[in-house]
Amino acid sequence: MERRNYVLRKVAFAAITLAAVVVFNFMLFRILPGDPVKLVIHSPRMTREAQERVRTTFGLDKPIWLDVRRLEEGDVLGAFDSQFTAYVRNLFRGDLGISFASRQDVSDILRERVWRTVVLVLAGDLIAIVLGMALGLIAAWRRGSRLDAGILLWALFSWALPTFFLGIILLILARGYLPVGGMVTPGLKPEDGLTYWLDVGRHLILPTITMAIVFTGEYILIMRSGVMEVLSQDYILTAKAKGLSAYRALRDHALKNAMLPMVTMIALTFGYTVGGAIQVETVFSWPGIGRLMYEAVQKRDYPVLQGSFLLLAVSVILANLLAEILYSALDPRVKPE
Amino acid sequence: MAALKQYFRSPMGVIGLLMLLLVVLVAVLAPWLAPYNPRERVQAEPEDILAPPDAEHWLGRDDAGKDVLSLLIYGARVSLVVGFTASFMSMIIGTTVGLTAGYFGGRFGNLSMRFVDFLMVIPDLPLMLVIIAVMGRGLLNIILVIGLLGWTYTARLVRSQVLSVKERQFVLRARSLGASDWRIILRHVLPLVLPLIIAQAVLDISVAILAESSLAFLGLGDPTLISWGSMLNFAFERAVSRQAWWFLLPPGFAIVWISLSLILIGNTLDQIVNPQLRSHHLFDPRRMVALVVGGSVLPRGEAVEPEGVQEVGA
Repeated sequence: MERRNYVLRKVAFAAITLAAVVVFNFMLFRILPGDPVKLVIHSPRMTREAQERVRTTFGLDKPIWLDVRRLEEGDVLGAFDSQFTAYVRNLFRGDLGISFASRQDVSDILRERVWRTVVLVLAGDLIAIVLGMALGLIAAWRRGSRLDAGILLWALFSWALPTFFLGIILLILARGYLPVGGMVTPGLKPEDGLTYWLDVGRHLILPTITMAIVFTGEYILIMRSGVMEVLSQDYILTAKAKGLSAYRALRDHALKNAMLPMVTMIALTFGYTVGGAIQVETVFSWPGIGRLMYEAVQKRDYPVLQGSFLLLAVSVILANLLAEILYSALDPRVKPE
Repeated sequence: MAALKQYFRSPMGVIGLLMLLLVVLVAVLAPWLAPYNPRERVQAEPEDILAPPDAEHWLGRDDAGKDVLSLLIYGARVSLVVGFTASFMSMIIGTTVGLTAGYFGGRFGNLSMRFVDFLMVIPDLPLMLVIIAVMGRGLLNIILVIGLLGWTYTARLVRSQVLSVKERQFVLRARSLGASDWRIILRHVLPLVLPLIIAQAVLDISVAILAESSLAFLGLGDPTLISWGSMLNFAFERAVSRQAWWFLLPPGFAIVWISLSLILIGNTLDQIVNPQLRSHHLFDPRRMVALVVGGSVLPRGEAVEPEGVQEVGA
């Protein structure tokens, strides 16, 4: 019962967060300096009728939040006929507007690109988690040794290393050995089967390594302090007093408990991971959501920018929700606050 | 003063401080140190463009024929200004929210912590990217966005500390003597939490500097200023294919240098103000013996809670 309450609470929080992101996204568009129609149309050559058409599709002839006049007339339902409701309605239909640059539907562009970012983030994060946990465990275990100092220094260094800069360094180093840009060698098509996918895999190597190296540092630090904290608990001392070898104490008692903070941290750093993906995709021209945002910034393609942001924010919020539910299942001590 | 002594005994802390001092000096003395004025237009001959290092231009030239070393020296200014101001903003906001939420608690405390959760869950870089792209790339906008989004961790840290401090005896005594809430917060709670806040603020400077350089690299740096991030953006767009490493590597290593220095300083401070993390009894036989025998676990010279000192001020 308590656990169900906890989960419900977390779901409610995620829902509120999602709603706030939608409102924010809506407002950002309205605070753009000048007439939004001018920005939407982007070209002064557009005819007056075309402008009007944009005005009605975006509901720009309506009030922003609430039609107060119609509310006063007693028309409660009609009062909600506003730009905001039009925006939300479009969202639910999966309509994120039309790209200024390519004139394509933003949702179509995102749909085409999203899996490329998912693959990159998953591969990079997975390697980072495994490496980070192993190194963090070793560092905590050999605490104070030269090995620990080395691992720690590396973790600090990787924290100071901007993701995009590491990408550039690897790009310079690997030029000639590995593909350094794009997703596939021009000319290859998905119909080519295995050759195509192997080629995609080769293009994925550098971006993935970059992501993995940068994120390993964070996981090392979390794992190291997690294991160290568990090792300081009395039950470890008891285990050692019982005559358990240090290795067994670590394996049977410490590891499982040190894993718990890792689960939350993986989710909490997911937002940070997504930020890293933008930089990595930009450096290696990996045609995912991140590269899309970079290009949208250059071209001032606001609908694409906003659609991408919405997609990223929603995925991070949902990932966090998932982690919190998972965490409460793993650790029975978690109770509603 | 004991803390200061302890700080200078840590090699990491001293190295970090020296590294930071060097950057500050370079930034302040930029007009005298830089061999050329990077704002001046250069009449670039074709062979000057992306020219490799030589005796006159130690780090070669950029795509407009400008001296890379001079750009690098001036770039220190943006990083430092953004880093310090944004992190100062975050520190003030985070401390205020954390203190009030922790001390008063209740509905307000809960609500502000939910707001912190909300901000924490939104991915930072995409959010900054969208806001700056819409609001404009001015330096002030960049500082505001980084500062206004970066206070959440400080708020959480301060709140959790305040929750435990406010139950301590000297706070209860001060209250029973009739001290007002704000007086208690400012005179008794804040001084105890301040060292942690400062350690966190130093780390936040590096976070802010990295955020600025990422934004600039993604083409959202202030177009009127020279920053390491925007240098990398230019270099990436124009110099990668020419293998002009002298234009690519220096600004990147400069960013690593400054953020590493701040991380070293912040970590050292953190270790001093967070003594329980410092050493581990399993690896410290003296402490283990003390634990088993039942004596004091605190090794000699370690900070004791400054409770007595605080009571004098009540």
